[in-house]
Amino acid sequence: MSLPVGVLRFPGTNCDRDVFEALASQGARVEWLWHADRFDPKGYRALVLPGGFSYGDYLRSGALAARSPVMESAREAAVRGVPVLGICNGFQILCEAGLLPGVLIRNQGLRFIDDWMELNLVNSQPHFGRRMTAGIRTRLPIAHADGRYYIEEDGLKRLQDRGQIWWTFAKNPNGAVADIAGVMNEARNIAALMPHPERAMYEWMGGTDGAAFFDL
Amino acid sequence: MKSEHAAKLKTYRLNESEYELIARLLGRPPRGVEWALFSALWSEHCSYKSSKVHLKKLFNKSSRVLESFGENAGVVDLGEGERVAFKIESHNHPSFIEPYQGAATGVGGILRDIFTMGARPIALADYLCFGEPSAPRMSPLVDGVVRGIGGYGNCVGVPTITGQTEFHESYSGNILVNAMAVGLFRPGEKIFLSKAKGPGNWVVYVGAKTGRDGVHGASMASESFEADSAAKRPTVQIGDPFYEKLLIESCLEVMKEDLVVAIQDMGAAGLTSSSFEMASKGGVGLSIHLDRVPLRDASMTPEDILLSESQERMLLVCEPRKFERIAAIFHRWGLDAVTIGEVTGKGL
Repeated sequence: MSLPVGVLRFPGTNCDRDVFEALASQGARVEWLWHADRFDPKGYRALVLPGGFSYGDYLRSGALAARSPVMESAREAAVRGVPVLGICNGFQILCEAGLLPGVLIRNQGLRFIDDWMELNLVNSQPHFGRRMTAGIRTRLPIAHADGRYYIEEDGLKRLQDRGQIWWTFAKNPNGAVADIAGVMNEARNIAALMPHPERAMYEWMGGTDGAAFFDL
Repeated sequence: MKSEHAAKLKTYRLNESEYELIARLLGRPPRGVEWALFSALWSEHCSYKSSKVHLKKLFNKSSRVLESFGENAGVVDLGEGERVAFKIESHNHPSFIEPYQGAATGVGGILRDIFTMGARPIALADYLCFGEPSAPRMSPLVDGVVRGIGGYGNCVGVPTITGQTEFHESYSGNILVNAMAVGLFRPGEKIFLSKAKGPGNWVVYVGAKTGRDGVHGASMASESFEADSAAKRPTVQIGDPFYEKLLIESCLEVMKEDLVVAIQDMGAAGLTSSSFEMASKGGVGLSIHLDRVPLRDASMTPEDILLSESQERMLLVCEPRKFERIAAIFHRWGLDAVTIGEVTGKGL
């Protein structure tokens, strides 16, 4: 039997059950990983950090979660090459943990935004949405206040040169540098995006483009 | 002496005939915190004394209606094993005084009414009525209310899926902020009620610590507006959607394990209304030790503790042998769970 996919849960994570269902619907065996506990970094075939507000995010989005016990194990797993996906708050946590370059700051309009977005796949991802090829368009919902990706110029150049930009917004909703909606690490096993694929699984949700992300 | 009495009535927002009724019920004049208790419980916000007559006209006679007036939310059987809990409530006054927190705690309060019943909140809606856009303060009011609703809902993880917004000059001096929440019971999930029972059972306080926010909020919310809305800001509660999220998960967990006899959220008039409602519905008494209530500020008086409207708190009744498991679940979510009293055989 193949290893389970681990879904990290922090106090305040609120897309956890959606992500759990999304993974299970694509045939994965899913297990919860609790914020206060370490886990066996060799015990999971992939890890997912869902959206929400870890520890309330009163300090800085993702800042506390990045320093939690469960993230120590996640870091070990990531270093070993285990695929890690971050969605929304999960993206913020991975940046705060230094596992992905850049940061996510308050939206340019300073407001929470919530809408469906067209996205362009800049570089394909070997684990999450592995069947999608660069150049395609997809449609996913966003819901964030701190979703504006920021990185300094030399960092952006590095991302571009090494093909680490995963998704860009067709129409920039939040002021993100270079319209970036998702990035990867250089080894391509860690990837994250602000939009919520788990909220686009069925027609009745408004779209089905998210399902491909959970077909591991 | 006479002016002292009049001043007291004014402080506690009671009129002379209400005072006489209290004295008759008690067989003596009210003393100490009794003033505060009656003030809160007999406020329009808690007792619906003036709107009760209209509420009674609402239709609720159907075999599909599983719970109706008197509980924290209505429950309707949709068929095919699905039941929904829903409720709509206004938070007009707090929102007029402090729009962000007023609207946010309106959302928080209505969500608690839903998961108190054992249903998982799945949707929010709002019906907002604002005044002329050019009316004084209207632009920051609209902005604050919208941000408050969005901020709380986003953090707690429940989407706002529909609503209605109107602008009319008649609301210029009194905006309406109505929040609605819907929750789902999955097949086999039990409906929980607030009826305290079982003498000897423990009364357990769970959730956030008690602070001074919202003291006298219920009676404030029942008054009409004068020119002093800024001065009333300290009576507005402050919401913490992060705590609410923890409370949702931990409460649903203790309910799933069937550890609770009765449960009630602490909304308007906080510990006062929650404990009195639980006791009165069950026809029992509750003996409560206020000195065991977790406090943010140790200098709070018994009256402050009884009337605090600090958000994200619940009161539950459980069998003593189940307390340890309940406490373990709440502690895992980082929340307080403290036994503050017990159910006694008879009402007072």
